[in-house]
Amino acid sequence: MIALLTRDLRLALRAGGGFGLGLAFFLIVTTLVPFSVGPHTDLLRVIAPGILWLGALLACLLSLDRLLALDYEDGTLDLLLTAPLPLEAAVSIKALAHWLTTGLPLVLAAPVLGVLLNLQPAGYGWLVVSLAFGTPALSVIGTFGAALTVGIKRGGLLLSLLVLPLYVPTLVFGAEVARRGASGLDVSTPLLMLAGITLGVIALMPFASAAVLRMGLR
Amino acid sequence: MLLRVQNLTLARGGLPVIAGLSFAVGPGQALILRGPNGAGKTTLLRCIAGLQPPLAGDISGAAERIAYAGHADGIKAMLSVSENLRFWAQVFGGSDIAEALDAYALHPLADRLAGTLSAGQKRRLGLARLLVTGCPVWVLDEPTVSLDKEAVAMFAEAMRHHLQAGGTALMATHIDLGIEAEVLDISPFRVTAGQRAGASDEAFL
Repeated sequence: MIALLTRDLRLALRAGGGFGLGLAFFLIVTTLVPFSVGPHTDLLRVIAPGILWLGALLACLLSLDRLLALDYEDGTLDLLLTAPLPLEAAVSIKALAHWLTTGLPLVLAAPVLGVLLNLQPAGYGWLVVSLAFGTPALSVIGTFGAALTVGIKRGGLLLSLLVLPLYVPTLVFGAEVARRGASGLDVSTPLLMLAGITLGVIALMPFASAAVLRMGLR
Repeated sequence: MLLRVQNLTLARGGLPVIAGLSFAVGPGQALILRGPNGAGKTTLLRCIAGLQPPLAGDISGAAERIAYAGHADGIKAMLSVSENLRFWAQVFGGSDIAEALDAYALHPLADRLAGTLSAGQKRRLGLARLLVTGCPVWVLDEPTVSLDKEAVAMFAEAMRHHLQAGGTALMATHIDLGIEAEVLDISPFRVTAGQRAGASDEAFL
């Protein structure tokens, strides 16, 4: 399992691996928002948590179509299926690698981008916490979407259509934590919901991903 | 390690392609599958490797003891030859890749990125993967495609070693490897379009 993780991380960091692509997209989206909204710092302050969350979510979505498609094309998935490693573990590791190369950089970059959107000082901590709790769910749900569309030519759009509705609860509660945190309100309820969704998804989704992958590879 | 297949019926794309196939391969034995294109050789091999379920029949011989090599070798272009091999060795619980590099003369290429290899060199790397898995049963689909004469000899030598060590091999190939192996022509077990139509008529009646 560690071998699969280190291989995926190494591939992501090598040329053409796509590391930093999500981060660059996140940066561009959040930079464009002040241009489109106009120089209204009050308005930006209000919408900042939501924009940052939406930007992070879309950035996560961007790299999902490569998550399993590349392994499908070069035959790695077939060989992993015949290897002694359980497929559930393999898809979990792939989701973890996706989070480490896409989700974690977003979590770390979000406070810097919060400055661009005039986020209230009290909001920075909660923004990081909410993204740290929520982005793992985005990677795990995304892996399920990637497993569903594996083998479909140009399945990227279909993947987005399938995955985006599943992202709604994470987005709602994640952005709520960041918004309440920025306004100085109590965040415990949405934070618990967000953590619950993430833990539930991590516990159950790999089984669904492995099951659809087995069917997809037949 | 005995690999036994009994009364197997297989489908490709929902249509039966092979019916009533039975055979057994014991330790130290190799079985070569022959048959025209579309006869169901790949489907049979994928089924034995556990990649797709049979419509009916039994396959015994633990699936996790099987090393499968299909048309694609699972090689990452952006990893070096030794990194690719080491990855598969670790997945299968081993770590020694020197023997596999030796067997296919890959030592001079060990630090090259796999993406820069020729088709034949890639195939050699794909076959070297079998050696690092340590699995007793090899299930191979056209293993000698894009190999030159020397590389075919390397493969035959590796196969001889595998069989001498008590390994089992099942492969679809059209060339003569010069190893002792039984040959099974699967054409008689093919399900033709006419038979399918007949079967569906019966089901309808």
